[in-house]
Amino acid sequence: MTSLKKHSHLKHLEDEAIYIMREVAAQFDRPVLLFSGGKDSIVMFHLALKAFYPGKVPFPLMHVDTGHNFPETIEFRDQLVEKYGVELIVGSVQESIDNGRVEEETGPDASRNALQTVTLLDTLKKHQVDAALGGGRRDEEKARAKERFFSHRDVFGQWDPKNQRPELWNLYNGRKKPGENFRVFPISNWTEMDVWQYIAQEEIEIPSIYFAHERKVFNRRGVWLADTEFVNKMNDEEVETRTVRFRTIGDATCTGAVESEASNLEDIIQEVASARETERGTRHDDKRSETAMEDRKKQGYF
Amino acid sequence: MIENKLQTGEAYLNMDMLRFTTAGSVDDGKSTLIGRLLYDSKSIFEDQMEAIEKTSKSSGEEEVNLALLTDGLQAEREQKITIDVAYRYFATPKRKFIIADTPGHTQYTRNMVTGASTADLAIILVDASKGLLTQSRRHAFISSLLRIPHLVVAINKMDLVDYDEKVFDKIVSDFKEFSHKLDISDITFIPISALKGDNVVDKSDNTDWYNGSTLLHHLENVKVDAGENIRDFRLPVQYVIRPNRNFRGFSGQVASGHVRPGDEVKVLPSGLTTKVKEIVTRDGNLEAAFTGDSITLTMEDEIDISRGDMIVRKNNVPTVRNEFEAYICWMNEKAMGLNKQYILQHTSRTVQVFVEDLFYRINVDTLSREQAEKLDLNEIGRVKLKTSLPLFFDPYQINQKTGSFIIIDPASNVTVGAGMIRAGSTVAKESGQTISEKLISPNVIWEPWNIPREEREKRNGHKAKVFWFTGISGAGKSTIARELEKKLWNEGKRTMLLDGDQVRHGLNGDLGFSPKDRAENIRRVGQVARLFFEHGNIVLCTFVSPYVKDREAVKAMFPEETDFIEIHVTCSPDTAKKRDPKGLYKKAEKGEISGLTGFDSEHESPKNPDLIINTDSLSVEEAVNEIYKLFE
Repeated sequence: MTSLKKHSHLKHLEDEAIYIMREVAAQFDRPVLLFSGGKDSIVMFHLALKAFYPGKVPFPLMHVDTGHNFPETIEFRDQLVEKYGVELIVGSVQESIDNGRVEEETGPDASRNALQTVTLLDTLKKHQVDAALGGGRRDEEKARAKERFFSHRDVFGQWDPKNQRPELWNLYNGRKKPGENFRVFPISNWTEMDVWQYIAQEEIEIPSIYFAHERKVFNRRGVWLADTEFVNKMNDEEVETRTVRFRTIGDATCTGAVESEASNLEDIIQEVASARETERGTRHDDKRSETAMEDRKKQGYF
Repeated sequence: MIENKLQTGEAYLNMDMLRFTTAGSVDDGKSTLIGRLLYDSKSIFEDQMEAIEKTSKSSGEEEVNLALLTDGLQAEREQKITIDVAYRYFATPKRKFIIADTPGHTQYTRNMVTGASTADLAIILVDASKGLLTQSRRHAFISSLLRIPHLVVAINKMDLVDYDEKVFDKIVSDFKEFSHKLDISDITFIPISALKGDNVVDKSDNTDWYNGSTLLHHLENVKVDAGENIRDFRLPVQYVIRPNRNFRGFSGQVASGHVRPGDEVKVLPSGLTTKVKEIVTRDGNLEAAFTGDSITLTMEDEIDISRGDMIVRKNNVPTVRNEFEAYICWMNEKAMGLNKQYILQHTSRTVQVFVEDLFYRINVDTLSREQAEKLDLNEIGRVKLKTSLPLFFDPYQINQKTGSFIIIDPASNVTVGAGMIRAGSTVAKESGQTISEKLISPNVIWEPWNIPREEREKRNGHKAKVFWFTGISGAGKSTIARELEKKLWNEGKRTMLLDGDQVRHGLNGDLGFSPKDRAENIRRVGQVARLFFEHGNIVLCTFVSPYVKDREAVKAMFPEETDFIEIHVTCSPDTAKKRDPKGLYKKAEKGEISGLTGFDSEHESPKNPDLIINTDSLSVEEAVNEIYKLFE
């Protein structure tokens, strides 16, 4: 057992996140935990295990699957589901495309990242979800800095940043009208460094692609993208093999790798400590415009 | 600048956390200060820096506008103002910091109250070139109302006043003159220039007259858990874990105090008692849990406990009531109305609530009280609330977790108000730390009592009390009180008798008999009674005090309901006239005076007096004995 120092900030953050998760379980009828297979959602699941021990996690996991995954992520997800006997709901972007709900983007930068929003909202609706727990953090991006722990969404799943409910003390107001729902962010106050330190402290397993490995990649506007069948390469883009790792895990079409030799958690933590770019710096989806994240969040993005 | 190197390994795991809020308007340089803290502590990444450099350039600014770092939303950047509370994070080798950055223009109060509700420290920014403005007073008042343990007054833009010590000293003394009326325990003044970086992270060469620490050094070293209540164990039950028939665990975050297996506990509202069996966590059972820990308890006995219940120590229970007084900050465009039904969320309990009374609104700029029929957006007032079910609470000032609540509009489900309970509890509290008039009246200077009342009571061998005798002239108030005091004195008790005529000759010689002057008369007497009370005395007050409102106001000056005992001394008008000890009725009949209570002016009877003494039928001795019974 890892002993947590009474006043360490990680202990504070853990206690806060567990408190939020229990509020969600108590205040809502059909919550889900959004699970991408990325480190933040893995930490979230770990916190949920702690919050309801010795009981089971009282809500299913929900994965919005773009179909453009790294196989390591899916493998990890399925193993976790089996190990803990938890229910998994999958919302498929491919299905949304097949049903004509969304149209596939074209061109070299084509990504299913933006399409996820429709699939996410459809899946939440289909399963009558009234609260979706997400691993979003306020330090990730400037629009997220104004996000609440309990973030209200209207019947269209939309976020109204200028009209948010004030959040005071540790009193979270989850009241809503039929059809409305909440996004809840228990690790709002964590930073990237906190997440890594917590993973190390708690010895939490994470997918192998977070650690340095050899991979076929090509460089697009300074970002190393993995050479996969899902990305359309341009003629002048050359594939080479490099030692890389991923700082975030998302859709393979827009998640860039960084060159790194970090093969264990200690190395990663050193790397994060000296990093001069935010982790979303490797995300093409955020670079589309100055307000890319805010625009997507208003629509109902994660 | 700070080396980020130490942020790994064991040192990082031992870091603690400070949450602070920043208050100041756009022009005070608040965003620049936060930008400076983030920049100098190397918490800004290159891509963030590039983004704001690009934006600065495109809007034609010469230097990089650090303020852009904190303006998150599109509309904010376009209008160059901050709309909503934003949270920022940075860490030094010593500490992790969470900043609640609250905007300074419209909706200020609402946002600052929100940011302040979770803060250990507040930074109030004052523009040195402008001096102390009304808004700084407002920020100080809100910090005191929300009981933020530490206050830093950052006197910014020192570069614009040539780093002049005199300018700094003037602002410090202006601020102190105002703040000593408030309940703030720790204030630090620091001269800075956020733009140039003086005394923010590095000590400035421009202010060699200043010997204190830099802002960051102060933030790194201030005590973090100063506001925590470590004495009164309170666990609001959030969730019941019941994986199988053999396990029932009660989960929640310890609001205050601590708990160990074997502790005798009481469950509210049922009042049933049992012992704590285990403190269960996934990492193994704990020997003890403290304030802030998210835990699960199992009990020795099978008793019914559900969400909304509270687990407390058997002999240290909070107040259980459905009527109480509170300060409310209103946060919605739709005003708070009287007798309207709202939803109230308090700990893990949600109930219906009525606003029964609005005593007054506080003008946050002048701290004066104003008559009000409603509370509009950003207004703060003192109210009386009645809930559909009792709450289990402590006064906010001794326990922020069990003394705070939010108000929700049942029609829109929106959070419309934030409240702080001020009424007393049944457990002993920190002596002298009662919210009373001090917090809001600019007339009263507040310092915690040097020797706590409880200590004086111990030495005296009895509790301090106030007996308030109300009734018309000639009813027998003074006669009875004088006899009672002699009896108590002879028993060795500490006593003091305050009499209407006495104070009207001295302390209140400037007051007449209009309702306004009568109210002021009673208010002053109440304060004097409070002083003797804090000195450990049994205070006997004999005042006609004809108005319910004035007497209620005095009652509210005392920490506990039971501290103040109201005795209505009454007799028939004929008896009073016949006695006429001061010849007042005769004068009134001749028309020499008017407004005599009991003659041509009414005495409002107390609704729920602790005792009614009718001197038509009781002798002085019998009356004294009746009152004396209250001591037993």
